Amino acid sequence: MKYTLSVLVENHAGVLSKVSGLFSRRGFNIDSLAVGTTEDENISRITIVADGDEYVIEQLEKQLNKLIPVIKVRTLTEGSFVSCELYLVKVRCTAKQRLDIMKIAELMQAKIVDVAQNSITLQFADTSERFDTLTELLKPYGIREIVRTGTVAIEKDSAVKK
Amino acid sequence: MISGAEIMVKCLQEEGVSILFGYPGAVICPFFDKLYETDIKAILVRQEQNAAHAASGYARATSKVGVCVATSGPGALNMITGIATAYMDSIPMVAITGQVKSDVLGRDVFQEADITGACESFVKHSYLVKDTADLPRVFKEAFHIANTGRPGPVLIDVPVDIQQGEIEEFVYPEKVNIIGYKPSVQGHPMQIKRAVEALLDSKKPVICVGGGVLTSGAKPKLREFAKLTNIPVVSTMMGIGAMPSNDERYVGMIGSHGVKAANKTINEADLIILCGARVGDRAVSSPNQVAKNSRVIHIDIDPAEIGKNMKTTIPIVGDLKNVLTQMLKEVSYTAPKEWLEDIAGWKKEFAKPHVKFDGYVEPQSFLEKLSEMLDKKSILIADVGQNQIWCANSFKVSDGRFFTSGGMGTMGYSVPAAVGAKFARPSRDVVAVCGDGSFQMSMNELATIAQNHLNVKIIVMRNTVLGMVHELQDFFYGSRYAVTELDEMPNFASIAAAYGIESAFVSSNEEAEMYAEKMLKSDKPFLLVCNVHPNTPSR
Repeated sequence: MKYTLSVLVENHAGVLSKVSGLFSRRGFNIDSLAVGTTEDENISRITIVADGDEYVIEQLEKQLNKLIPVIKVRTLTEGSFVSCELYLVKVRCTAKQRLDIMKIAELMQAKIVDVAQNSITLQFADTSERFDTLTELLKPYGIREIVRTGTVAIEKDSAVKK
Repeated sequence: MISGAEIMVKCLQEEGVSILFGYPGAVICPFFDKLYETDIKAILVRQEQNAAHAASGYARATSKVGVCVATSGPGALNMITGIATAYMDSIPMVAITGQVKSDVLGRDVFQEADITGACESFVKHSYLVKDTADLPRVFKEAFHIANTGRPGPVLIDVPVDIQQGEIEEFVYPEKVNIIGYKPSVQGHPMQIKRAVEALLDSKKPVICVGGGVLTSGAKPKLREFAKLTNIPVVSTMMGIGAMPSNDERYVGMIGSHGVKAANKTINEADLIILCGARVGDRAVSSPNQVAKNSRVIHIDIDPAEIGKNMKTTIPIVGDLKNVLTQMLKEVSYTAPKEWLEDIAGWKKEFAKPHVKFDGYVEPQSFLEKLSEMLDKKSILIADVGQNQIWCANSFKVSDGRFFTSGGMGTMGYSVPAAVGAKFARPSRDVVAVCGDGSFQMSMNELATIAQNHLNVKIIVMRNTVLGMVHELQDFFYGSRYAVTELDEMPNFASIAAAYGIESAFVSSNEEAEMYAEKMLKSDKPFLLVCNVHPNTPSR
């Protein structure tokens, strides 16, 4: 099962290596890891999407908590948070196909950030499911490159669905 | 103005450090130079790994933070095994390394190694200091982290220009404030209550003690708890000495190399109270199988240990000394007589006679005898190999201590650790027991012993093979002794003599006991070489 962990850490050099090193040496598998400063510039938030069972995630949480620069670890429960990932997709595109791809972009609310003779680049921010839909639609044209940031998540203040 | 090197020395003084173990080199010279003017003793070891082991022996004997120092590159790298050994056994330690100038970091200059990177997975925390002004805070935090919560080694890597850099004045911080580090020390009252209630339903309870009992200073509380409740006690290798070996409630060491009666006790129990024990694979090979038949109360200061190896019914996070104090106030329980009678029966039933060979010393009976000869508060340090198993099962501890590299199983630990322990406790008997394999890994420390006139006694179980693996080869590899025979054995007496250390070579238990008595009466170091038959089993 996929779990989303939200980790607050001190914003020092070397902290990211301590956190990411923990995954490899304890044999945890991660799908994605995204890091950036928070509203407090001394503190960073690392959002981790990891695969595992309850035992693995509990261990992961405890081992993360043991790291001195880690301030707080939360495993976000399903429905209690909103998440998002940023994707950049470069698609093969002839002059003839341009309009079709622009249609798809409009439909999916993706932004066109670069247009060239033989390609078009889309910027898309959404969940991974919605991104799968977009790539399915773009596949026939030929996807040349995909760049993604990893998921970031924030807890919802609105009614929490358990 | 004050230099970084001077600040480092002042920080050590503020922390009450009176001794450190190290080996100098170019980029740690500013520090050693400033240290030279103070009354902090700097002990020169003969290889950096042994500086860490000596600091470990010192830390274990005093519960204070052990300090070791090395230079950059090879010096720091040599120390790694010692740091990792301390990490696995939760030893409070601060390791200080010199580093190349900060402006050339990462350029692969002479004697540069990324030591903070290399040590990441076996330090509790590490610092690479980039600003002289950070030194006081870093040292304050390092000592705090090393010796609070679950203790462990902290590494401080200090580039040479940071040691040479100057700041206006030295102010040592009074308090530490690390937002992400606040170990809980008191057990949760509800959990304590649950634990005490769980006892009431138990007909076959057992306490399993680990190294945490000794680390937290909970030994007296543990003994009081066992006495009050009459609950039998088994121990992991790290927990040896928590209970007196001759206590009627003490069953022995559990695990693949432990005592059968102790294993039977923990397997038959309906309630296991784990006290500062992580029950590693050597202690209980399939912990969840054991936990299936019984409830488990796990008391540990490190929440990550709870549930890691053994499924836990009642977790209690806290300092064992406090938790046991809390439990003592609430408990009113006595273990059933029948259960203790069962265990006493197993102890008799499974007692194994020691295997003896003519013309050789039988190590287990000798160690039993040696325990009686030593003073009550003596420190025995076992190395790694068959000698470790012989010591663990046959050395009888009362108020003394038993040290060994339990988690990492680092050969060569005992002699340097004995050096540290003797500096810490000069009035106590300090004995290192090693094999001929492990002795040859750190016998260069005889020089440190000689130079400092240290009254350390070393017993070498000389069986001319790497006994532990040799035995394994008997069991699993059809007695093909691949690379385990120590032919052309050096004459250890000549080696000792080269350092001006007295020695004896003995080939029977009577002789061994005679020389042991002589050795213990003298106030000089001594090397006692026991001729042991290569086929003497571990148990």
